[in-house]
Amino acid sequence: MVPADRREETADQLQPGETLLASFEPDLDHRLSYAPGLIVLTDRRVLAREPEGTAAPRWQSWPLTASVSLRTVEHGGAGTLELVDAGGRLAYWRYTSGRGTAAQRLAQKLVGWRARAGGNIDAPAMAVCPSCGAAINAEDGRCAACEAGPAKPSVSALVRLAVFARPRARLIALGFVLTLASTTAGLVPPYLTMPLLDKVLIPYQNGKSADFSLAYWYLGGLVVAAFLAWVLDWGRLYVLARVSERISADLRARTYAHLQRLSLEFFGGKRTGDLIARVGNDTERLCNFLSLNLIDFGTDILMIVMTAIILLSIDPLLALAALCPFPLIVWMVYRVRGRLLRGYRQAGAAWGAMTSVLADTIPGIRVVKAFAQESREIERFEVSNERVFQSANRLNRVWSLFGPTVTLLTTGGLLVVWAFAIWRVSHPPYITVGVLTAFLAYIARFYTRIESMIRMVSAVQRASASAQRIFEILDKSTSVPEPVRPIHPGRLSGRIELRGVRFKYGAREVLHGLDLTVEPGEMIGLVGPSGAGKSTLINLICRFYDVSAGAIFVDGADVRSFPVEEYRHNIGIVLQDPFLFYGTIAENIAYGRPDASRAEIIAAARAARAHEFILRLPCGYDSLVGERGQSLSGGERQRISIARALLINPRILILDEATSSVDTETEREIQAALENLIRGRTTIAIAHRLSTLRRANRLVVVESGRIAEIGRHDELLGARGSYARLHQAQMELVTGGSANGT
Amino acid sequence: MEHNGTTNGAAGPRPFGLTHDAWGRLVLTGADGRQHAGVELVRAFPLSDPRHGIALCDGHGHEILWIDDLDELPAPLVRQIEEELARREFVPVIRRVVNVSAPVEPSEWEVETDRGRTRFLLNNEDDVHELSEHRALITDAHGIRYLIPDIRHLDAVSRRLLERYL
Repeated sequence: MVPADRREETADQLQPGETLLASFEPDLDHRLSYAPGLIVLTDRRVLAREPEGTAAPRWQSWPLTASVSLRTVEHGGAGTLELVDAGGRLAYWRYTSGRGTAAQRLAQKLVGWRARAGGNIDAPAMAVCPSCGAAINAEDGRCAACEAGPAKPSVSALVRLAVFARPRARLIALGFVLTLASTTAGLVPPYLTMPLLDKVLIPYQNGKSADFSLAYWYLGGLVVAAFLAWVLDWGRLYVLARVSERISADLRARTYAHLQRLSLEFFGGKRTGDLIARVGNDTERLCNFLSLNLIDFGTDILMIVMTAIILLSIDPLLALAALCPFPLIVWMVYRVRGRLLRGYRQAGAAWGAMTSVLADTIPGIRVVKAFAQESREIERFEVSNERVFQSANRLNRVWSLFGPTVTLLTTGGLLVVWAFAIWRVSHPPYITVGVLTAFLAYIARFYTRIESMIRMVSAVQRASASAQRIFEILDKSTSVPEPVRPIHPGRLSGRIELRGVRFKYGAREVLHGLDLTVEPGEMIGLVGPSGAGKSTLINLICRFYDVSAGAIFVDGADVRSFPVEEYRHNIGIVLQDPFLFYGTIAENIAYGRPDASRAEIIAAARAARAHEFILRLPCGYDSLVGERGQSLSGGERQRISIARALLINPRILILDEATSSVDTETEREIQAALENLIRGRTTIAIAHRLSTLRRANRLVVVESGRIAEIGRHDELLGARGSYARLHQAQMELVTGGSANGT
Repeated sequence: MEHNGTTNGAAGPRPFGLTHDAWGRLVLTGADGRQHAGVELVRAFPLSDPRHGIALCDGHGHEILWIDDLDELPAPLVRQIEEELARREFVPVIRRVVNVSAPVEPSEWEVETDRGRTRFLLNNEDDVHELSEHRALITDAHGIRYLIPDIRHLDAVSRRLLERYL
């Protein structure tokens, strides 16, 4: 309970027979500077050691009188733990929000100990991790074995693309062989011109006898080499382009599939536009890189190595002279590389930000127009567009200087060769003009290749930035993990049990230990002010998120031990603003069960009171709805989503403000539809209009993350608690509204 | 629910009758002898499954009778229903796309349909919907729908004109 290095020191402070209950380590001092402290709760006192650094560590203590209690307050990253009694605050300690839960634990420990009237303090109960079966501490419900996530791989993102290349190894090998062959074929012509000059043309010009028939042979060889290079190049380009298109398609598919499986928590913290840019743009860039640049890059390397070998074999000295500027170029590449990578990453981020503006304002165009903010949105887009331009411009500044500099250096290389060659032609051991021509032809090729390879530096960095952005998604593991040893839920009976459920959004705890049991087939109405944690509770039951502590049991098993998909097949959800996908009405109703027959779809629509309005549409059940389709009213969409939930025949039904966005007449229709839906299912409904919940077996009032009251409507009214107040307020609203004649 | 009409054998060979009254309205005589005037026939799946799921609704759109399968009805009644449906539904089937006036919308289309040659205005490229593979539905500026049952059966020129939209 007390950290090991403090145990001895703490033990010295205890009086004989005093029992230690719990401890907490605040990590800030009163001026909010970092300083470790220690608070110890015993069965007699609260002891605290002043933070180090203030003075010599000294201990203070306060006896546990009947009115002493501990309170926690959290605000903006730092929390306060206060020791108060009837007369006021005795002492306080500060801590960073990361320790908030621990501080609350300490406060609760005191309460819990008092409740047991000084009885024995339980040893921390052991529980079993629902995912892997390892023993865990029941207090925080976290499993050390499961939480040690995989270490982030440090390999370059581009190298990791190899994983996607492996399934296409055969095609890649074919492409490589073709590349090798076509490169060789491309190198033949200068080799043939060498004897053509030395053995035929130059002797002939000098008036010596020359075998002219040889010239035809050489010419023929040149033609054949050209055709061979053409055919091989054709095959190479096609094969490699196909492979790269395939790889980037795989990458896109994998990224999207991974994205779909990530929990809502991930999407809550990401901009839609940026994600779209990553799946769309970045994979496209990678494809371009793989299909165009990487092929060229490979060819270039081959070409350079082969040319270097030929050059060295023709004349080693000349070759070495030609390679003079090469180290300089390598050094430049090295300098420029990092800057380019940073630049491209920035450019990618800027592009993502721009897409985000689009993804934000185009769906929200009604609000933009209603508030006449078009010009501001245009400006906002221009700002992010300008940022795209600026980031590209920064790259271009580096790039525009770099390219010509490389050209200058390669030209320098050529000049060195010319100068050296002139000297070699005139000094022994002489070289022939034929050798010189061939040499110059090769060296020209060599430097063209070097140049193009260096231009590739930019493409490589750009692709590498894209690959990093994609792997960022692929490396994210879902915060709703699949169990290691799953229990298959099959068809649940729908008994839900919450045991000490806590949940944190970041550092803020929004549910503070909820206990509730819902019997199969029971309908529970959740009421309470907005922000009380009702929707959070539902998100936890659906396993959109996992609890921070405590557990949710369904049919006696922890929900974390079910495979997520199988579990969710048992749950039907009707949301406040139902989403319809682009497709026909029949497809939308059958979204949760695409194999449903037409008769089943119609039966569901009938039960949801949607059948007749669907028949009134021009194409009936074949009418297209969703973003580009027929527009439906809120009530109509709601009834389609009820039909959707009905069709999967769920055991657990969640209604999240299902009727709050429609008028009362439509609400009546929806109510009738809902009655068909909730029959025989465990239902948890959130509603602001209390009238919606008249069929609920029990009402649960949630207030600031805790259950305030549970009971039937009239019981709760009689109790004159929070529910009675809520009810009163709504009644006043209704009567007040009619008095105003609205 | 309102599912009170059935065409199963149990309901007899002629569960209901259709006639026209003096004003040309369609009158349904149910199996119980009750009459409903001004009845309309509605297909639930006009595009994907036209011969199953046909509703007979009153003037307010409330369903009176439901036919699961048209082919289970006696032949004369089927003929009558088909005639009624043909009178009610106007979805020309495109046989050939002759010309599309412009590469960008709005564009005027000239087509040959099963009901003759016609022109219509396409407002938006999104109004050309691919229903399933090779099947398309075009909605013109007035909301009139044109069906292409199978694109592969069109000639090469029509296919090339449609290519961009599908």
